[in-house]
Amino acid sequence: MKKIFQILSIAVLTLGWSCNDDDFLNRPPTGQLSEEQIWNDEGQVLSVLGDLYNRYVDLSTFKTINDVPGWTTVSDFNEAFWSEAGRYGNFQNNGWGFGAWGAWDYGYIREMNLFIQKCTAADKLAPAVRERYLAEARFLRASYYFELVKRMGGVPLILEPMVYDFSGDPSYLQHARAKESEIYDFVIKEAEEIKDKLPASVGEKSRATKAAALAMEVRAALYAGSIAKYGVNTPSVALPGGEVGIPSSAANGYYTKALAAAKEIISGNAGAYALYTKKPDLSENFASIFYDKANNSEVIFVEDFKLQSGKVHYFTGWNQPRYGAEEEEGGRINPSLNFVEAFEKLDNTFAPIPTANANGTPIYYTDQTDIFKGRDARMAGTVMLPGTTFKGRKVDIWAGYQLANGTIISGDDRGAQKTLPGKTVPEQVVGFDGPIDGFEFTAQTGFYLRKYLDPVVGSGQRGVNSEVWLVRYRYAEVLLNAAEAAFELGQAAEAAGYMNQVRARAGLVTPLKASEINFDRLVHERRVEFAFEGHLFFDMKRWRIAHQILDGNAITAAELSKDLGKATKRNTQPWGLWPYKIYDPGSANNGKWIYKQVKLSRVTGADRFQLGNYYSYIDDAIISNNPKLVRNPNQ
Amino acid sequence: MKIRFHIMPLVAMVALLSACEKDNYTEPKSMLSGRIVYKGEPVGVEAGQVRLQLWQPGFGKLAAIDAPISQDGSYSALLFDGSYKLVFPKNRGPFKTIVKDAAAKDTVFVKLAGNQALDVEVMPYYMIRTPQFSGGESKVNVSLKLEKTLTGAEGKDIERVSLYVSKTDFVARATNVAVTDVPGADIKDLNAINLTATVPALSPAQNYVFARVGVKIKDVEDMVFSPVQKVNL
Repeated sequence: MKKIFQILSIAVLTLGWSCNDDDFLNRPPTGQLSEEQIWNDEGQVLSVLGDLYNRYVDLSTFKTINDVPGWTTVSDFNEAFWSEAGRYGNFQNNGWGFGAWGAWDYGYIREMNLFIQKCTAADKLAPAVRERYLAEARFLRASYYFELVKRMGGVPLILEPMVYDFSGDPSYLQHARAKESEIYDFVIKEAEEIKDKLPASVGEKSRATKAAALAMEVRAALYAGSIAKYGVNTPSVALPGGEVGIPSSAANGYYTKALAAAKEIISGNAGAYALYTKKPDLSENFASIFYDKANNSEVIFVEDFKLQSGKVHYFTGWNQPRYGAEEEEGGRINPSLNFVEAFEKLDNTFAPIPTANANGTPIYYTDQTDIFKGRDARMAGTVMLPGTTFKGRKVDIWAGYQLANGTIISGDDRGAQKTLPGKTVPEQVVGFDGPIDGFEFTAQTGFYLRKYLDPVVGSGQRGVNSEVWLVRYRYAEVLLNAAEAAFELGQAAEAAGYMNQVRARAGLVTPLKASEINFDRLVHERRVEFAFEGHLFFDMKRWRIAHQILDGNAITAAELSKDLGKATKRNTQPWGLWPYKIYDPGSANNGKWIYKQVKLSRVTGADRFQLGNYYSYIDDAIISNNPKLVRNPNQ
Repeated sequence: MKIRFHIMPLVAMVALLSACEKDNYTEPKSMLSGRIVYKGEPVGVEAGQVRLQLWQPGFGKLAAIDAPISQDGSYSALLFDGSYKLVFPKNRGPFKTIVKDAAAKDTVFVKLAGNQALDVEVMPYYMIRTPQFSGGESKVNVSLKLEKTLTGAEGKDIERVSLYVSKTDFVARATNVAVTDVPGADIKDLNAINLTATVPALSPAQNYVFARVGVKIKDVEDMVFSPVQKVNL
């Protein structure tokens, strides 16, 4: 026994031989690519760049970030009510914390700086390819600085990856905030420098193109110009060092730059972009801008999604009409009556949705959609109105029956049944889409959202999701930006020309005259054209009207429909508009529709935008790490 | 016997479940409290809007301890003994802070050892004087005088004077059932200002409301308020 053991031991030890330890231990890792492998290969570099694209930051997004689902970021600021049980609190509070909308991701900036540094040194790549990659990375970096300056004001402008020398004193890594204007200047300068290195290709939507760079430049210059011009209205929203606030003398310079860059796109220098006008029904046409991905001439730069690729989103699932939904949920974004009323009549005038005559008697409509007739086509393209269809199914939005004596018969469940007087059989007395006050996923304001909803079957299923893209820049914005810049430079006729193109596409074919263009018109046009696209917040901020629109006072029924075209119209609470069917056998009105304005019981607060909300709070931890940072004003 | 066998470990466990006291710091016990005052008179503000900040340097990362100021101008903070710097965040509050000297600026240095009362003197733009509330027939009426306390170059105009009516003791922009505004341009005489608010039907019904007057000063975010007054309808 002992002998066998010894022999075995010797055998094992003898055979347990290894040769060349260095080779054995120096095997390349299988889960990691080396710098060399990446920077010698175009495909690998592109995938690194793809990661940077994926981290692009939008205020309004389809993604769920830090447990904040994207649909809430799309529909904030009382343009819509949120029909989800856990979120009524957003309409019961009185505003936002100073930290809201804060952003400070210098990790992302560092990685973009590293990319630029390493890509510059990557001499194995074809020069043309390398140049394009570099331009794209600079586009992304400028985009993120743009995002930062919109939210935080001037931030430290770091353009090189910083390295710590382990000396124990990191103070040389601490940089003070640049001026707000310097960040805008940086964005404009970068766009100018990279625009000719990017392809002028209309078909390229998800990667940076010449038009995307120019569109960014237009927007940045316009924002800077308006902050310079309108900053005088809020003198306390400024810092002595210029980290927040731009001197008003700079306004014209920025507007001139914005207009010049916009003209470059409009003239076709960056590719043949044009407004989307493929479909004869103007409302459907407007809705199609956001889901038609085939030869879309309007869209300039998007975050793209693709079915069965892993990169899909659930926006349609969140917001699909509850009746016939592909999951047992939906209907979360309910556009408010305040927003719906903002759409003009076809004769370019503003008017409330007519629910009653001048003497107070209700107006009876034969068809449920009649009340919305003769309006801006964008209304039905943005909002799912009662009586309209989605995926071939009519949305069933009606709040109940009204009897001859004014009594309402309604139910508290979707499609609830009751017996009407004089009948024996119970029948449906409320729509399967509501509206039922406080019943989540029903159209509590009487409206659902249409914009960005995907009409493809399966788009509302959790297992399938949607591949509708998130539009970041589109041609209509370039036109309206040009209009605003031209108007601010005193060229009202030119401004009218740009604006009328966008309006004609929406069915407003009577052109506005140069004398009719004013600040209120510009503000209004952007509100209805870009609703739920993430523009509203930054627009309100740069014009310094957010604290007037969101002034913390409740909206009364009397003022709801007043001053509809006014830029500073109060919008602190979402209202609703509920359709009722008339049940009055024997009367001519039997079966007709009436509408009533409703203030939802869940809406108890009124939002107030404080002066300290104009620029987000810089976290104490960030300031502790870098005492050179000055705090934002009014916080 | 078997049962007891199972119980004994449990009894032992429960008996051993006693905690020792070494697991934490003692809680802060020193109360710093007071009011913001103008010549000894408290300055009324909106609940939850104006705050004091207490900074205590010397303990790693800096972050302020916020002490919110309540409607009647009082504040309090439960702190550890030590040295604190007490400041108002810039541009907050319906007042200017009082700069003592170039070095300290408007910082108040507090050395806390045990409870301490500390009134902080500020320079409001306006003070509301002798507000007289009266109510009846679903209306609340108030007459008041305004004193422009900060005059000269630093003084600011009145944007509006507002009468707020609320169901509860919290009366402010955020919590009210009725508001009446008088724009500053319409105020001719600071010594005779009258406002009337109509109270809507309250649910559940109550025959009293709480009211207070606020003054919004141009380019100043926070409003200065009168004390809250209960008004019988």
